[in-house]
Amino acid sequence: MQKLIRVEPSKCIGCKSCELACSLKNFDEFAPSKSRIVNEVFLDEAAFVTVTCMQCDEPWCMKACPAGAISKNSDTGVVLVDENQCVGCRTCVSACPFGMIKYVESKMKADKCNLCGGDYPECVAFCPTGCLTFEEEDTPTRSKVKRFATSVKEGHMEV
Amino acid sequence: MIGGWAGKILRINLGNKTHSVEDLDLEKAKQFIGGRGLAVKYFTDEVPADVDPYSEKNKIIFAVGPLTGTYGAANGRYMVVTKSPLSGTIASSNSGGYFPSEFKYAGYDMIILEGKSEKPVYITIYNDSVEIKSAEQLWGKTTHETEDIIHETFHQDAKIASIGPAGEKLVKFSCIMNDKHRAAGRSGVGAVMGSKNVKAIAVRGTGGVKISDKEAYRNAAFGAYKLLKESPVTSQGLPTYGTAVLVNVINETGLFPTNNFQRDTFAKAEDISGETMADTILKRNKACMGCIIGCGRVTAISDPRFSGEGEGPEYEPIWALGADCGISDLKAIAKANYICNEHGLDPITAGGTIACAMEMYEKGIITKDDIGRSLEFGDADGMVEMMEKIAKREGFGDKLAEGSYRLAEEYGNVDLSMSVKKLEFPAYDGRVAQGMAINYATSNRGACHVRGYMISPEILGVPEKLDPDSLEGKAEWTKTFQDVTALVDSSGVCLFTTFAITPEEIKNFFNAATGLNYSADDLVKAGERVWNLERLFNLEAGIDPSQDTLPKRILEEPVPDGPYKGSVARLSETLPKYYEARGWKDGIPTSEKLAELGLR
Repeated sequence: MQKLIRVEPSKCIGCKSCELACSLKNFDEFAPSKSRIVNEVFLDEAAFVTVTCMQCDEPWCMKACPAGAISKNSDTGVVLVDENQCVGCRTCVSACPFGMIKYVESKMKADKCNLCGGDYPECVAFCPTGCLTFEEEDTPTRSKVKRFATSVKEGHMEV
Repeated sequence: MIGGWAGKILRINLGNKTHSVEDLDLEKAKQFIGGRGLAVKYFTDEVPADVDPYSEKNKIIFAVGPLTGTYGAANGRYMVVTKSPLSGTIASSNSGGYFPSEFKYAGYDMIILEGKSEKPVYITIYNDSVEIKSAEQLWGKTTHETEDIIHETFHQDAKIASIGPAGEKLVKFSCIMNDKHRAAGRSGVGAVMGSKNVKAIAVRGTGGVKISDKEAYRNAAFGAYKLLKESPVTSQGLPTYGTAVLVNVINETGLFPTNNFQRDTFAKAEDISGETMADTILKRNKACMGCIIGCGRVTAISDPRFSGEGEGPEYEPIWALGADCGISDLKAIAKANYICNEHGLDPITAGGTIACAMEMYEKGIITKDDIGRSLEFGDADGMVEMMEKIAKREGFGDKLAEGSYRLAEEYGNVDLSMSVKKLEFPAYDGRVAQGMAINYATSNRGACHVRGYMISPEILGVPEKLDPDSLEGKAEWTKTFQDVTALVDSSGVCLFTTFAITPEEIKNFFNAATGLNYSADDLVKAGERVWNLERLFNLEAGIDPSQDTLPKRILEEPVPDGPYKGSVARLSETLPKYYEARGWKDGIPTSEKLAELGLR
């Protein structure tokens, strides 16, 4: 099974450790503005939402790339930018509806999450609350279903 | 490569509306680390100690540390350093949130505000683009309104530090708020900003913090994570209940000052505890940048009497606005705390001052005619109303806005001000914890818990349990705690991490970031250097050693209740030992000590 970075928003505390970890690993500095994963903090609502590339089955970025620089690995599921082929035209940036691929000035190439290229994802390693996990497709979904089912069960038992 | 530090200082002249960028003096940085230490060094080099805090010659320095803006523990703090209008001492006020890291990413270790603007201004910083803009439309707005407007007009991702109406009106204990809910709270730093007519600083930074040895830094972070996850305080107490976890602990131990320190236990403590908060007004938990503890509490109240939402109250405001005023209504406390955040007030001094007024009212020293209403201990509505009046300096609020010392002095009862060097006590009675009493008497900004938190060993048993009533070794312990705290405050790491991590872990971070090769002792020595430099400034400012004392109540009136009934602070026995441990003669650093620290 292919693994993905899973997000459980209720566990997020808005510490941005994921952004810090991503930028240090991939850009050699602590620079949240360069991070591939984004921890959005909504101060007024006290809501914290983390978003990252979900490695689409039919990636908009890949389909849009005129240079054929973006591919999806059939084993790992990772959608990858080949920097040798990328011409820095930013078409993928326009195409991705989630804003999860961006143009990076320092290398003049498109840049996106590659799940740390085979290493354990750094953002997950540094997430202090377990909000981020690196899991097979439907594991978190399963736990949510189970939580839901449990609450229904307890409701039944009270009746 | 030297990493950690950004390497630049932004200097803003408010008089002629110019700014300049200069290189960080690396020699100073190596001696004073960053944050509190480095800012105190620059401040004392540039500002005469006898400066009037509100004059254009006073400066405000915003300073991050070499570890600010990184991961690993809770590495997102900054320090505001200036001369305090409340205490006349050096002021250094610490805050977290996102603003500190953002200004590091903009490329600066410090932002120095100089001079005074004739009209209200705010400052926008987008990396190296700096503008000083008119704040006419922001003046009078709350800190929350100010942030909302600047997000619309400048940049949606800007991080903002601002003052509220209290700072504009020079309330002597007004604070600087950032990210809406985080405060550089104590010593009246907001009033200094207000005196300079600066409403806010908004920063967008898209750069990064360079790290000399990435792999070593990563390992240091994993090491610190492990310790923080093993400590019951940082892995359970603070994440589960926030700082308010302390309410029951401190009350049960019998050092939870009640009714302006007339008692040391509060019968209704349970009603205002972290546990009760979690069951009632808590919405969710929140962290600052790069923090794995997450002690912040987001709360909301729908009760129309005290409706509002925001962050807190933390342990200190719960106590100051609660037990110290005899109040057990958590909603009223939270409401008053929201007012503090939005209007920019320090809730500790605000609560301590209202408690002082309540005792004067109880004793008939002030009356309804003075206040405009009754003000008995336990009067939640009265407390909330006074808070609003303080923020606007309306009616009796104008007198309260001067702090408890000046208030009590005006009515000829200065002994009823529970303060040291005119800064009000926080939520632990020094009569019960003898080491804490030494720290209160000698802290460089007055009665303060975050300059040498002796509660940790004396009450919480971290790193080891000391008998709070014993004097044995307390002078040396207090000195060590003060020096280590000065180091932590200079590094950019949150003090709360030190329930789990030690200077050894800070050293691992510091060396990996900067590429230098310090020992933990070298770093603690830097902390001691900072402490002594602050002391020298205070001495030059006329705060002589006779002010290393405590209120008469703490020295002479025995605790009337609780497990430590009968206790007083035995400062006359401990203070000489403290001076000796510091290498000071009669409270003054000796030339040998200064030479040892490289200060002369």
